[in-house]
Order: sequence, then structure tokens, then C-alpha cells
Amino acid sequence: MAKVLMDGNSAIGEAAIRAGVRCYFGYPITPQNELTEYMAANLSRREDCSFVQAESEVSAINMVYGASLAGVRAMTSSSSPGISLKQEGISYLAACELPAVIVNMSRGGPGLGSIAAAQSDYFQATRGGGHGDYRTIVLAPASVQELADLTQKAFDLADKYRTPVIILGDGMLGQMKEPVEFRRERPAVIPVRSDALRGAKGRPSRIVKTFTSNPATLEEINWSLFRRYQVIKQKETMSETFMVDDARLIVVAFGSAARIARGAVKSARESGLKVGLFRPVTLWPFPEEEIKRLAKKTRHFLVFEMNMGQMLDDVKLALEGKGEIEFYGRTGGVIPTPSEVFRVISRYYYQSGLKKAK
Amino acid sequence: MKKIYTRPKSLKTAAFHYCPGCGHSVVHRLTTEVIDEMDLQERAIGIPPPGCSVFAYNYFDVDMAESAHGRGAAVATGLKRAFPEGIVFTYQGDGDLAAIGTAETIHAANRGENITAIFINNAVYGMTGGQMAPTTIADQKTTTTPYGRDVKIEGYPLRISEMLALTRGAVYIERVAVNSPANIRKAKKAIHKAFQVQLDKLGFALVEVLSPCPTNWKMTPLESWQWVDNIMAKEFPLGVIKDVTEK
Repeated sequence: MAKVLMDGNSAIGEAAIRAGVRCYFGYPITPQNELTEYMAANLSRREDCSFVQAESEVSAINMVYGASLAGVRAMTSSSSPGISLKQEGISYLAACELPAVIVNMSRGGPGLGSIAAAQSDYFQATRGGGHGDYRTIVLAPASVQELADLTQKAFDLADKYRTPVIILGDGMLGQMKEPVEFRRERPAVIPVRSDALRGAKGRPSRIVKTFTSNPATLEEINWSLFRRYQVIKQKETMSETFMVDDARLIVVAFGSAARIARGAVKSARESGLKVGLFRPVTLWPFPEEEIKRLAKKTRHFLVFEMNMGQMLDDVKLALEGKGEIEFYGRTGGVIPTPSEVFRVISRYYYQSGLKKAK
Repeated sequence: MKKIYTRPKSLKTAAFHYCPGCGHSVVHRLTTEVIDEMDLQERAIGIPPPGCSVFAYNYFDVDMAESAHGRGAAVATGLKRAFPEGIVFTYQGDGDLAAIGTAETIHAANRGENITAIFINNAVYGMTGGQMAPTTIADQKTTTTPYGRDVKIEGYPLRISEMLALTRGAVYIERVAVNSPANIRKAKKAIHKAFQVQLDKLGFALVEVLSPCPTNWKMTPLESWQWVDNIMAKEFPLGVIKDVTEK
């Protein structure tokens, strides 16, 4: 299929439809409304699909839970304050081992914050977000093309591991237009999961529940979730590197920040600085082994985020004191330019004496 | 000898955990009788709430999925939209449906979601130990209204069924009680109709059941039956609140 020019939010919608989404439930919040509107235009009059503009984000995520019970691919989307409201439902989805895709086109916080792009929901996304011991897979795209590709991937991962999957983008990715190519056609027939709750016809009745009165039983349920999380860690970790082979300093950034950092790294290279970029694509599981491998050759890491330093913790945990870690962050929806990040890179590079290193 | 009374097919053999005199057991039985009579066991999907009836899934022999507190109508919406051939019902208490889940309930009703809600009103939060519910009667003592519910301070008992009746998507709403053989028969008829509304794809249907909770009311089962008649039904009058199923 030829490339089309599309905003990130709409690209997620089209990719989701091509991934076979049957139900979308949303609630208006900037900067992700284009996605809700795309789904309204494309799903609300189809016989085999459903679109509901819910009365709240709480309702929307619980509708997703209901649709996932029925065995179909279901999704919702929101932005930071709305994602906070969805956490109850995400915890239940995780507990019931129900697949679902949740998009967070995040914005500045805390509170109502701002509608500009920010990455301050990293902790919420990667630590489970709601109550209880659970994790969700978190995908962090950095372009409109990747939004489309990872949306498809999100549905596949959700079904494969029976877990909610978070796509963590931001207002900038959602709003900007880029050429995008969709790699699949819209499916004609959409399969229903075999474990769906569709009435006890020809089989015993089924129960989907999270309440467990025996703590020992609940502990085993938690263990079974964590055993699955270990498999996800081994098999589904994704990351990308850029010019790291001879790098004396590696910038670590995800999503939009990585996009900005890439420009800064290019400028650094043009100035003769040996700088590379490491970009986690899955934020959970965090690509620990990959960054650890880089630390065998490179000692200096500059973590750059559009927050006060959240992924920074994961970098520190992964490196286990093996590297020097510096942090640069802008927050509240302030988006630095590549030249600003380049200045930070150069200062750190020269201060650490990397220019004259062997 | 002709058998005239037996366990409904869609009621499991597990012994109820409910307290003596509790209305849940009766409503479970009535609902499963209706499911049997309407031949819905293979199509029904029930959504029980947190609360005493969270264990409804141990008793109903149909597909069951627990909802978060108050979210039954939203979960049922998603399920029914994804699987319109299913017969989806929620089973909710007063705290669930009329406090924390007010928004979900009213908007599901207003959209005319084609689902059936069984609403147990026992005027208290049962499982948590008898705190004030939105439906707690004026002057009624609960663990959080130890001096009796003062409507000037704690607000009035909420007649949510009457509120729901104002939404145009709700087509059938009736309030019944399970405190006498005659009332129990009427309750069953109402539950039957609420499922028929869904089968006929008419819209949102709800049956509110005034249901005794002798343990938290600190009464004998018999006293609790009388309290439903003498006190509760004065605040929450029995009967059809809305029926626009015949056009």
C-alpha cells in the first residue's frame, strides 16, 4: 500500500481497525481526540463493530473490559488525567488476564497540567499504574509510522500474553502528520477468542473473577502472572540503537524525546563528538540486557526525558553502577529543540573529558 | 408422584453463604428460575458486583464475570455491544448501582443499552458491615449513621429507579420486594419481564428488589420482613415505575 499523510492519532485508529479492533470506547480529552473521532467515523455505523462515547474514562475502560470478556479486540484511548481514571479498569484487566489496548497520548502534569506533550506518565505506565502487583506491556513509539506498527503489535501481544498493553505516546506524536504505510489490509472476518464469555452453550459455565478469599490462592495467581511477565521480559523486549559502535557517550531517550535526541546526536557527530543513541521501544519490559551490553564499551550515559527523571531510575537499575549517568529533563509540556539537547550533550562531553579520551 | 418443586437447572448445588433471612438467596432462585423458564442458560452472561453477592458466580450456572464496584452497567454495555446475541444481566446492590455506579447506570439506561439490571436495595452496605447506603431510610441507624440518618446532614434516601425512569432509554422499571410469598411471586414476574424486554430488544430494563438484610438491620428475619412493608416500602413504593414496552 502507498504511503498516506496522516496525523498520529488517526494512524493509530486506522492501524487498530486493520488489526481487527471490534470495539472502541472513548471519552474526549486533548490531545487525543482525533483518535476518538476517527473511530466514531469508522466504527459507529458498522454492524459488526461498536463505538461508544462513554460518560467517563472509568466507564470507557470498563466497557473495554466487557468487550474483552466477549472475546473481541477492544481498545480505549485517553491522555494523562484520563489515564489516571482508567487505572481501576486496567488493574482488573490484568487480574482477569484479559487482553486490551490502552493508548495514552500523554500531556503535561500533574493535575490537569497542560495539553502539550510530556513524558511524565512513565512511572504510572511502567509500574502497573493501578493497585496490586501487576505490570502491563508498554510500547513507546517515536514516529507516526511506528505508532501504526506498534498499534498492530500491541493487539498481537495483548492476545498472546492475555494482558493489557499500553501505547505510551504524547501530544506531539498524536498531533503531527507524517507519511505512514499500513502493512495490513482491513480484515474481512475477525476471529473471536476461544475463551470468550458468550454463554455456556455446549460447555460448562465459566467464571471470570478477581476476588479470591484465600490469600494463598491469590499469591499463586500473582506468581502465575509474574511467571508470564518473565517470559515477556525474555521474548518481547525491544530497543533501537543509533551510532553507538564507537560512542563515548550514549544518549538514552524514548518516544518523542528520542526523536529530538536523534537530531542532537547527528549534530554532535557533525561536530566530531562520538555520541550515540539508545532508544527503548518497550518501556516495560525495559531493555536492561541491551543497555548493559552497551555499558561494556561505553562508560557515559546521558538520560534525556520530557519529565523530571523517571526512566532514569530504570537506566540506573539496569546499569547497576557500571556507568556514569547524567540526566537532562524538560517538563510540564516544554519541548526542547535538538540544538538545546546538543548543547547539553557537548557540555557533558567536554566536562567529562571525552574529547581527549583514547 | 409428580415433582412440583426442584432446584432450577441454572442454579448450582453450592450452599448459599448468605445470612438467614437475606433476600439474595430468594432473588438468586427467582432469577435462575426465570433463566430456566425462558431457556436462557446457554445465552446468559451475568455481571455480579463486589459486595455480598460477589459470590453469585458460585451459584449461577451461567457464564459470569465480576465487575469492579459500580461498573456493572459499563461492563454489560461493552459485553452486549461486542456480543449482541448474549443475554446480559447485571446483579447490583444499592451502594454499587446508586452511589459509586450512578453515572454508569444512568448513562447505560439513557443510551437504552439492551441489558437487564437486577438491583438489590437493602438500605445498607452489607458486606462491609452495615454502613449507610444511598438508600438508607431517614432516621435509620447504620454503622456510619450511628445517630440515625439525619436527612439535613446525610442527605435523603435516593430513589434512583424513579431517576432512571426519566431517561428515555429505560423502557421498563419496576420495584418489587421479597418479603412475602405474594411479593415474591410478583418479583419473579417482574424479573421475567425484564429479561423479555432484552429478548425483544426494547432497551434498558431494571427490577429494584427491596431485600431484607436482617444481620445489618439487627433484626430477626421476620422483623426484617415487616420492616420492608412498614418502613422501606413507604419510602420506596412498590409497583411499576415505568413501562413503555407496549407502544
